[in-house]
Amino acid sequence: MIPTVPQPAFAKWCYRAYVLVFFVYLALPLTVVCVFAFNDSVFPSLPWEGFTWAWFFGTEDPFVGVFHERAILRSIGTSAFIAAWVAGLAVFTGTCNAFLFVRHSFRGKALLYILMLLPLIIPGVILGISILVFSSSIANTLEDATGLWFDGLRPGLILVILGQYSFITTFATLVIAARLQKFDPSLEEAALNLGATRLGAVRQITLPFLMPAIVASAVVAVLMSFENFNTTLMLVGSDSPLTITMFDKLKQGSTPVLNAVSLLLIVASAVLGLLSLMFQKRKD
Amino acid sequence: MVSDGSKLGFYLLLAPILLWLAVLIILPHIGLFVVSISERVGPREYEYGIGNYVTFFEEPLYWRTFARTAIMSIAATALTLILGFPIAYYIAKLTRGRTKTTLFLMCMIPFWVSELVRTFGWMILLRETGVISNALQYLGLVDGPVEMLYNDAAIMVGLVYTSILFMVVPLVTTLDSLDDSLIEAGYDLGGTGAAILREIVIPHAMPGIVSGCIVVFMLSLGNYLTPILLGGKDSLWFTGMIYTQFITRFNWELGSALGFLLLLLSSAVVFLGLKLSRQSLAETMGRA
Repeated sequence: MIPTVPQPAFAKWCYRAYVLVFFVYLALPLTVVCVFAFNDSVFPSLPWEGFTWAWFFGTEDPFVGVFHERAILRSIGTSAFIAAWVAGLAVFTGTCNAFLFVRHSFRGKALLYILMLLPLIIPGVILGISILVFSSSIANTLEDATGLWFDGLRPGLILVILGQYSFITTFATLVIAARLQKFDPSLEEAALNLGATRLGAVRQITLPFLMPAIVASAVVAVLMSFENFNTTLMLVGSDSPLTITMFDKLKQGSTPVLNAVSLLLIVASAVLGLLSLMFQKRKD
Repeated sequence: MVSDGSKLGFYLLLAPILLWLAVLIILPHIGLFVVSISERVGPREYEYGIGNYVTFFEEPLYWRTFARTAIMSIAATALTLILGFPIAYYIAKLTRGRTKTTLFLMCMIPFWVSELVRTFGWMILLRETGVISNALQYLGLVDGPVEMLYNDAAIMVGLVYTSILFMVVPLVTTLDSLDDSLIEAGYDLGGTGAAILREIVIPHAMPGIVSGCIVVFMLSLGNYLTPILLGGKDSLWFTGMIYTQFITRFNWELGSALGFLLLLLSSAVVFLGLKLSRQSLAETMGRA
């Protein structure tokens, strides 16, 4: 079925109807989440009690809005802190990896490339528990040997950052390496001929060329970090990031304040995602 | 491309990846395996043995949940492929320019949103006081509220929803590269629509189908949120059991063994998928 080959009109309309139904299916859950953020009722469900902004700005119990709900605000801060670290670390390692895989040939390169891809096929829960088990056994050994406490190796922010970093780096590597492959090495050679040092040429010619990929992978890293659940769940300590806080509230059955947070998340991630795509497109 | 003079640079580039892979991927998984073959014989005393794996096979709850998780993940993968293929084909072959970009982006938006939010949306839709139940009552199709949440069908809906993007994107990419004239030639030679689909389109899309299926299967197998939130009291999922052993029961040895089994299953499926389609991990995943 392609445009140049005529098809019965009925089949065509059926196909279009299916595509339409599919997109309704895609949009439906997100739409209801957003709509119920404005329902003037303490449950995120029907009946519709009227329109309200209370779930954003409300201060009176039970109508406490997002901007006055301390637990949620604190967890957004925690998530942002984690995301910034993860994005920074992942982009740095990803850039190094891209140069390594695109510019160098060495023994064991194919094997190292496969190992680099492995985090993609390890379920997030397993990544989480393996890092948990490993860091705890190191902490136990160190504590037995020195008699000191090593809280950084116990569930908490550091482990959450490391856990997310462990698989987000692979995405950063793939995005940046794809861009580096398109780079014309003769540009760098020209800079060298003009008297630039090797490092100077990379900094002034290659890195600016890579910038769109670096920014895009940083944005993707932030998004993935913000929304990660499985790995984080296993490594989280007393400071819980947003997804964990929301999960706890969801299990208890929460007010539509959750819808309001979700709406903000949807808007933020759609904007960030589109920006990163546009940024990548424009520079290509 | 690189002279001996940049040997130092090479090692500096090599350091981060080795550190990352060794400390966060390889050693933790070896550690996980070592813990999984440890048995507790007394307080802080352990012995090596396969007791945890024996427990898994002797306790029907564990291996039944394991099998259930695997079977439902396979079903979710098949369903995602069947539902996603026509969409990918539509985007790749029947739309052009702006429409194509828009449809493609619309497919990706749910992916950017946290899985928690997506699952929450399904809870609002499916629960007894939810939107669909009310709509059905309003239309007069049912008499009282219907509970559609907390069963396996709800889990399926959620799993397919969560992972459909990972099926559609690789399919669109491979179908895009299929030359229209090949399909035209198929029609010219008298092929029916079904024959062309079987002989031309599907063989060409095979790499996309395989990578899509691998990713969707893995995501379903490793999913935690969807089965916990959409499934009922009896709809156990294997990741939930691992969580229980680790966090609730504090039985890390058994939990590690269960985790290792899940890892084995998912690796085996990836390996089989790649072998069957004669592809390598690098080319399948590198496209991501």
